[in-house]
Amino acid sequence: MKLLTTSAPHVRTQDSTRKIMIDVLIALIPAVIASTYFFGLYALILAIIGVVSAELVELFIMRVLKKDKEFVPNGSAAVTGLLLALNVSVATPWWVLLIGVFFAIAIVKHVFGGLGQNTFNPALAGRVFLLVSFPSAMTTWYSPINKFFGVYPADIQTTATPLAVLKLQGFESAKSFSYIDLFFGNRGGSLGETSIILLLLGFSYLVVRGRIKVMVPASYIGSVLLFSWIFYMVDPSKYGSPLFHVLTGGLMLGALFMATDMVTSPMTIKGQAIFGVGCGLLTMVIRYFGGYPEGVSLSIIIMNALVPLIDRYTQPRIFGRRVA
Amino acid sequence: MASKWKELTKGIISENPTYVQVLGMCPTLATTTNAENAFGMGIAATIVLIMSNVVISAIRKTVPEKVRMPIFITVIATLVTIIDLLMHAYTYDLWKTLGLFIPLITVNCIIMGRAEAYASKNGIFDSFLDGLGMGIGFTLGLVLLGSIRELLGNGTIFGIEVWGNAFNMFAMILPPGAFLTLGLLSAFFASISIRKSDKAKKMASQQQAQKAGEQR
Repeated sequence: MKLLTTSAPHVRTQDSTRKIMIDVLIALIPAVIASTYFFGLYALILAIIGVVSAELVELFIMRVLKKDKEFVPNGSAAVTGLLLALNVSVATPWWVLLIGVFFAIAIVKHVFGGLGQNTFNPALAGRVFLLVSFPSAMTTWYSPINKFFGVYPADIQTTATPLAVLKLQGFESAKSFSYIDLFFGNRGGSLGETSIILLLLGFSYLVVRGRIKVMVPASYIGSVLLFSWIFYMVDPSKYGSPLFHVLTGGLMLGALFMATDMVTSPMTIKGQAIFGVGCGLLTMVIRYFGGYPEGVSLSIIIMNALVPLIDRYTQPRIFGRRVA
Repeated sequence: MASKWKELTKGIISENPTYVQVLGMCPTLATTTNAENAFGMGIAATIVLIMSNVVISAIRKTVPEKVRMPIFITVIATLVTIIDLLMHAYTYDLWKTLGLFIPLITVNCIIMGRAEAYASKNGIFDSFLDGLGMGIGFTLGLVLLGSIRELLGNGTIFGIEVWGNAFNMFAMILPPGAFLTLGLLSAFFASISIRKSDKAKKMASQQQAQKAGEQR
């Protein structure tokens, strides 16, 4: 028998980064299928471009940094690329997505030190960079074509997202979107954000596999419901109903898959609750009073910056020590 | 002569005010939205820097130690006012775009820093060379930053089209672009200097080893 003599801590789990990332990719497959159904073949191409280019960019960075000898592709870049692709409109040219992927992986992730060191969620930071850089491509929306691998006609009409309708025309006009349509995803929007039910399906897979923190999405969506209910009580025709706010925009995609990113969310349960409530409050503030109709990506990025502070103030007491 | 040459060139590379000393960040970030603005800002700061270095070096023996700062600032402010009025008269468009940043040259760290660290201790000609070198280094740093931001954000350099409207990242012209580009360029120059010093160390240790070998 061979005795191992190593110093603590002893990691006894069979989990690896790669296994977790593959689970996340599996959980995102329903969203990719939904995007292919609603937005046609080009949506699938964008998703594939996102995954492949993200891994290639990471490999390239590793080679430039001369770290490629100990580097094994672990799929975290693929998750970032796929999430970024699910976060853009179907009207986005493929090279815009490539710029976003490069920004996300090279600057947001590896400039800060790679996986585990990045302060900001790379996919979201990439999305915000694209939103600021290419405002017209990122805010042009097409209505769904409801056909697998369909192709848009050349003279496609653009449409408005439910949140944009709410912002510009009030809740009476936005009521033309039925809750059923919103729940199944039959509306204009980013590729992966529309189908709430398939996002929930993928998320429940992650929960069953024990891969994800439930506290962040719960407090995030809960606080959005609470704040929008308060405002709905004040002026229903202007602010829109709580359910409408939960079902529209990127809230579900953001709350279930982006805010829960293991690297950029707090470690303790208490911290995660604070993080989620902060995200929810900022999202609603941006939706009600900001210049953009949607604020999920910006709010999560802002809260990402506060995560070190939250972690510091929610540190659990060390066993056997008095509270300082 | 070699030492004079060194006084001039140290400001351009080894002690570059923008990327190595990290001085004068306020105008660096704010005025580099395109190469032309960056160049104008660099030239204005260079002229003030040279003149202030010369004047302060000339009066360095009569200035009492305790009130040197107010005196330096008075000298620099006078020179900046001259430049401000000249630019208002002859380069009105540039004067308008640079706006507040021309009067702000008065409190630019580079100019104060060179006055305090160099001109108040060295002769007039050396101070002139120092000011010229630092000014060129500052201008080059600004133009580099401005060119990259203009190229990525607008597809042009000094207004000359490079790749047209095909891929203009608007964010590069906005403040985030300034911070991103400055940070990446600083990292790039730092990595070059680290590599250089590593190489020099290796060479030195090899030579030592050789010498030790010969002595045996």
